[in-house]
Amino acid sequence: MSDKKSARLILEDGTQFQGYSFGAENPVSGEVVFNTAMTGYPESLTDPSYSGQILVVTYPLIGNYGVPKFTEENGVYRFFEADRIHVRGLIISDYSFKYSHWNAVESLGKWLSDNQVPAIWGIDTRQVTKTIRERGVMLGKIAIDGLPEPPQFIDPNKENLVAQVSTREVTTYGDGKYTVVLVDCGCKYNIIRCLCERGAKVIRVPWDYDFTQIDYDGLMLSNGPGDPQQCQATIAHIKKAIAIGKPIFGICLGNQLLSIAAGASTFKLKYGHRSHNQPALMVGTDRAVITSQNHGFAVDTATLDPEWKPYFVNLNDGTSEGIRHKNKPFFSVQFHPEASGGPVDTEFLFDDFIQNIEKCTR
Amino acid sequence: MHTIDKIEKVVLLGSGALKIGEAGEFDYSGSQALKALKEEGIYTVLINPNIATIQTSENIADKVYFLPVTPEYVTKVIEKERPQGILLAFGGQTALNCGVQLYRSGVLEKYNVQVLGTPVQAIIDTEDREKFVEKLDEIDVKTIKSEAVTSVAEAKRVAHELGYPIIIRAAYTLGGLGSGFCDNDEELDALANKAFSYSPQILVEKSLKGWKEVEYEVVRDRYDNCITVCNMENFDPLGIHTGESIVVAPSQTLSNSEYHKLRRLAIKIIRHIGVIGECNVQYALDPESEDYRVIEVNARLSRSSALASKATGYPLAFIAAKLGLGYGLHELKNNVTKSTTACFEPALDYIVCKIPRWDLGKFKGVSRELGSSMKSVGEVMAIGRNFEEVIQKGLRMIGQGMHGFVANKEFEVEDIDAALSHPTDKRIFVIAHALKNGYSVSRIHELTRIDCWFIEKLENIIRIENELEQYNNITQVPDTLLLEAKQRGFSDFQLARTVSKSSAKNIERDMLDIRKYRKLRGITPYVKQIDTLAAEYPAMTNYLYVTYNGCAHDIDFPRDNRSVIVLGSGAYRIGSSVEFDWCSVSALNTIRQQGLRSVMINYNPETVSTDYDTCDRLYFDELTLERVLDITDLEQPKGVIVSTGGQIPNNLALRLQNEHVPILGTSATDIDHAEDRHKFSAMLDEIGVDQPRWRELTTMDDIYRFVDEVGFPVLIRPSYVLSGAAMNVVSNREELEHFLTLATNVSKQYPVVVTEFIEHAKEIEIDAVARNGEVLIYAISEHVEFAGVHSGDATMVFPPQKMYVETMRRIKIIAREVARMLKISGPFNMQLMAKNNDIKVIECNLRASRSFPFVSKVLKVNFIDIATKVMLGVEPDVPNKSAFELDYVGIKAPQFSFSRLQKADPVLGVEMASTGEVGCIGEDFHEAILKAMMSVGYAIPKKNILLSTGDSRSKMDMLSAAKALQQKGYNIFATRGTAAFLETNGVHATVLHWPDQPEQPNTLTYIKEKKIDLIVNIPKNLSKDELNNDYTIRRSAIDFNIPLITNARLASAFITAFCRMNPEDIKIKSWNEY
Repeated sequence: MSDKKSARLILEDGTQFQGYSFGAENPVSGEVVFNTAMTGYPESLTDPSYSGQILVVTYPLIGNYGVPKFTEENGVYRFFEADRIHVRGLIISDYSFKYSHWNAVESLGKWLSDNQVPAIWGIDTRQVTKTIRERGVMLGKIAIDGLPEPPQFIDPNKENLVAQVSTREVTTYGDGKYTVVLVDCGCKYNIIRCLCERGAKVIRVPWDYDFTQIDYDGLMLSNGPGDPQQCQATIAHIKKAIAIGKPIFGICLGNQLLSIAAGASTFKLKYGHRSHNQPALMVGTDRAVITSQNHGFAVDTATLDPEWKPYFVNLNDGTSEGIRHKNKPFFSVQFHPEASGGPVDTEFLFDDFIQNIEKCTR
Repeated sequence: MHTIDKIEKVVLLGSGALKIGEAGEFDYSGSQALKALKEEGIYTVLINPNIATIQTSENIADKVYFLPVTPEYVTKVIEKERPQGILLAFGGQTALNCGVQLYRSGVLEKYNVQVLGTPVQAIIDTEDREKFVEKLDEIDVKTIKSEAVTSVAEAKRVAHELGYPIIIRAAYTLGGLGSGFCDNDEELDALANKAFSYSPQILVEKSLKGWKEVEYEVVRDRYDNCITVCNMENFDPLGIHTGESIVVAPSQTLSNSEYHKLRRLAIKIIRHIGVIGECNVQYALDPESEDYRVIEVNARLSRSSALASKATGYPLAFIAAKLGLGYGLHELKNNVTKSTTACFEPALDYIVCKIPRWDLGKFKGVSRELGSSMKSVGEVMAIGRNFEEVIQKGLRMIGQGMHGFVANKEFEVEDIDAALSHPTDKRIFVIAHALKNGYSVSRIHELTRIDCWFIEKLENIIRIENELEQYNNITQVPDTLLLEAKQRGFSDFQLARTVSKSSAKNIERDMLDIRKYRKLRGITPYVKQIDTLAAEYPAMTNYLYVTYNGCAHDIDFPRDNRSVIVLGSGAYRIGSSVEFDWCSVSALNTIRQQGLRSVMINYNPETVSTDYDTCDRLYFDELTLERVLDITDLEQPKGVIVSTGGQIPNNLALRLQNEHVPILGTSATDIDHAEDRHKFSAMLDEIGVDQPRWRELTTMDDIYRFVDEVGFPVLIRPSYVLSGAAMNVVSNREELEHFLTLATNVSKQYPVVVTEFIEHAKEIEIDAVARNGEVLIYAISEHVEFAGVHSGDATMVFPPQKMYVETMRRIKIIAREVARMLKISGPFNMQLMAKNNDIKVIECNLRASRSFPFVSKVLKVNFIDIATKVMLGVEPDVPNKSAFELDYVGIKAPQFSFSRLQKADPVLGVEMASTGEVGCIGEDFHEAILKAMMSVGYAIPKKNILLSTGDSRSKMDMLSAAKALQQKGYNIFATRGTAAFLETNGVHATVLHWPDQPEQPNTLTYIKEKKIDLIVNIPKNLSKDELNNDYTIRRSAIDFNIPLITNARLASAFITAFCRMNPEDIKIKSWNEY
């Protein structure tokens, strides 16, 4: 720690935070967002929904358990959510230079460096978070001492991030009884795992692929980064799928896309929901669930077509947490039932989806 | 409202006196529950004999019964009050056990009382190990492989099947009582025998020593919604009771997958068991895989849940009470943000570290090794933003003379390997020692099984210390290193020691110089809020901590001269516990009522004073000079109150005054006049008040000369700096020499204070409040025991029942004189002794004392409210009320925890040994003492009583009691001398032989076979054989759970009371009915 290299986080409004570099010495710009989860940095860092974003972690001690093994299982990494790190940069408070875990193979710093991802420790991430909470999500830059600062603030939401993170080819996972088409808008591996475990054969297709030609039993719309309005191609295909009438299940961006296909509009939240402790209530019941979330946009359910209704609602701020069709097997949720990281309370939604498929194929 | 709208009146069971394994956390949880019920307009009835608690104060419960929390008394209260509901989960194991018995005996059904929250069957399922394992088997959750047995032979068979090491647990006991590890048949024999004395069933299980220990606090509502509020990881691996472990929250070494696997299981378990409210699940987690075992489930609020509440800001007890009334989590609000829901899981953006506080040095003969049963008497919680910071803060907070992880007084370890692998209360410092002596992280890990992550962090502290040691002057230290040290929890004191290499004499000055320099360099700490949501939503409360790991304050400092800071009492320990929390909270209430900003500084997670809604600003932080100055620099308070938090704030008074911090009330200089033995003595001489003769002496010759003058016995107080040895009374030259050579070397640097010891003197206390030297209100109480028993261990009577009016008058006059001389403004307490109307002052404290809540509640005048008003300069409303007018008696009795302190001699002396107390009210002395004694665990004996009554004076003292026993038809057993004495005085006693004699009938056999219902053993002198025999009787009484009294006066009072009064005649009256 004797040769600490200074680095800075610079926000759009001019606020600067000083710390030390511990990842790749690679200055970047992106959208600065915060996550309040206390575990799961390998999962978060590889979550494609973070594409284009500089992630600020409020939990101060990071790196404690290192980085897990890169073993593969059923064609995907066992302990990660994608084949690479998707965040653009990482901002933390206290970095654990030494890690300790039976499943760890290397340190977080080395992994970040190998992936060309810059990271800063020694930042008052609580203060950064409060700044974002008060002023809304901002663009930011990571500058590293001795290296040229990125010339401008880049807004990733203006890019088609989904196109950047989606798969380019059609891949099949598992050999289960039911065929599920997974539209990959930046899909987390655990969606694939959750479906395969439940006896599905998953056909993962690119975000703009016309999956309606496939004879599927169920349609899974994945999570993904950025503004849902960028995915008009997907929305068009979903409209066709609605007409086909086979079970549909959407997660996160998938929820937003299904909602748009169902007539709703979306809007950008002031600072999004990124945490493992978001409470959602199943509308019309007393059933409340704790959910893992990562999204910056939300659905305005007031604008839904009349044959749809709210499914879940956020107990903290009342925003939509999902929609369902009044009589067809279509539903979607804003949170992450596949978790990883975060609580696994809503994994039952995968069971519901499979049951819907069973009913429809019977 | 909900399913439970018919509930209008609810009984809540408290936990009684503080004891090891059941302490202040239940004052906190009970108070929260009562607050929650009150909010719903429910009439609340509290049964708790612990008079020093906040929950038994006015305006918390609607009615308070200072009665034992036992089935018979609770039944009587239920019969009288006819509540619709009862809460069992807020008073620890005591309330839970009592509730289970009431359920089993049909009392609850008979009076149609509904158990709110977790159903009793669910409690039984978690308490009975066999049922518990079956229950978890049903849902494929792994438990520790174990078998319940009812005999030692069976235990041995199971042990052989499982293979040693094994662990033994007794069912239905507090915090692991009667539990322990065995490595072989011999150890098993010993431990199993003991465990069976507590419980008819014991559990033998495979030991998982070295696995990680992780806990989850889980909440469930009646709609089956579940959350986990917090998880915690033990620094010490499995094998050390969680109450004895250093604990961090949240877990540090668990991956997401491990964290959520255990979380998911915790929810699965709570659903299957059917808890409504809160429960805690403890796991063992394999450090080499995701394999796990469930250790236990506590279906009630616990020490861990209190810790979790403080660690997260989530008010678990409050919410649990609401859920018990039928609310759903989603229908309740988060009390911190006031806008978001209570149905969420707190996100921490800091780390907390809990460290236990032990007081093993207070006991003779106790084993210092830590294991599966609990011995610690209190705990602290440190909050910070990295592990190094919290461990260093925490080690300062435990208040045992340590300054953090490093820069402590040199500390000798004979065998480092052994000290690492056999943990004691000092192990953390052995780790520091080992690291400094070149032990590698992996070697320490091998010996301790502590996760390398923690040890690496500790090594980082050593690294910084080494870097600092390169410099000799703080101005040479680079700012980056200085800041790093502060961020990793180094205090200015540690910096003075490592950088300035300060001598003991100069360290205070050097430390303050470092402070000045630091401030000059802009290295100052920031105040951060605990907000349950890691800044995602704004917090409406001011639950605060101070850290160097930040760049901005979370709050503003208005500096409007309205802040009044109350310094809290720190970790509960022997001599300072919930009574000072009551005083602090009372002070905060008065400050608030005066429209001022109440600010609390304290770090004890078991308290009500550290509840963020008790004050306007809570700094959950250190009570060191440095930290208090950091806070006063920011707050610029109107003043600081140092007289309600016991000795810790009292000791800071002068040092704060020297730094120009305004002290409210009695000036720090006058406080010092009372604290300094010489100054105080001179003052007493000046006003012509007597005190026992004493000298501070530096040579043996001087000591002999002084003893010749005053005569034996004498009280010896060795220098604490040198030996840490306890005070002692010696009655002859041989003992004097033995003790002095054992305890200390007398020298100029380390003098010994020798005080004449007056035997058979009455001890009296006066608690009072004065303003500008004028006494406004006072309460005089007397001890049942003669002087010589520490006032904290004595049985106290208020108003006094056996005191000359003249004695009272003279004490009042002395108190007035002392108050005038010391210009007291605020609370004070004096201890005096009287023999034949000759009165001597023992000591005087210019602060609230342990007995303030007791006398305040018995007299029904809040002394602290008056004292606080005095200190704030507000005209106090002093009721014209005299103790003479009370037509009832209050008795305060001590609670001992000897059963937890293996091998400790359960005898009373000048050093305090009790861990808690109760206070009961009766129409006369007999009724009050019976209630009090039963509240601390005594029962009225059925038929057999063993007397072994010490010297002739004690024998005489006990004679009339013995006669009363005989008349009442009790069988008296006695040791030889006592029996002979009784026979000559017309009392028949069966002789039982001494434990070291082979003959039958033998005392030891009778004790082991539990043929005796009460043992009175009065220690004679310190002659060796007698002591061994007496010790064996006393210790066996404790180990076999037979009530024991070791003081003749107390034994006499208790026996007389139960011989004269039938338990049925004890009145069931609430506090307000007196």
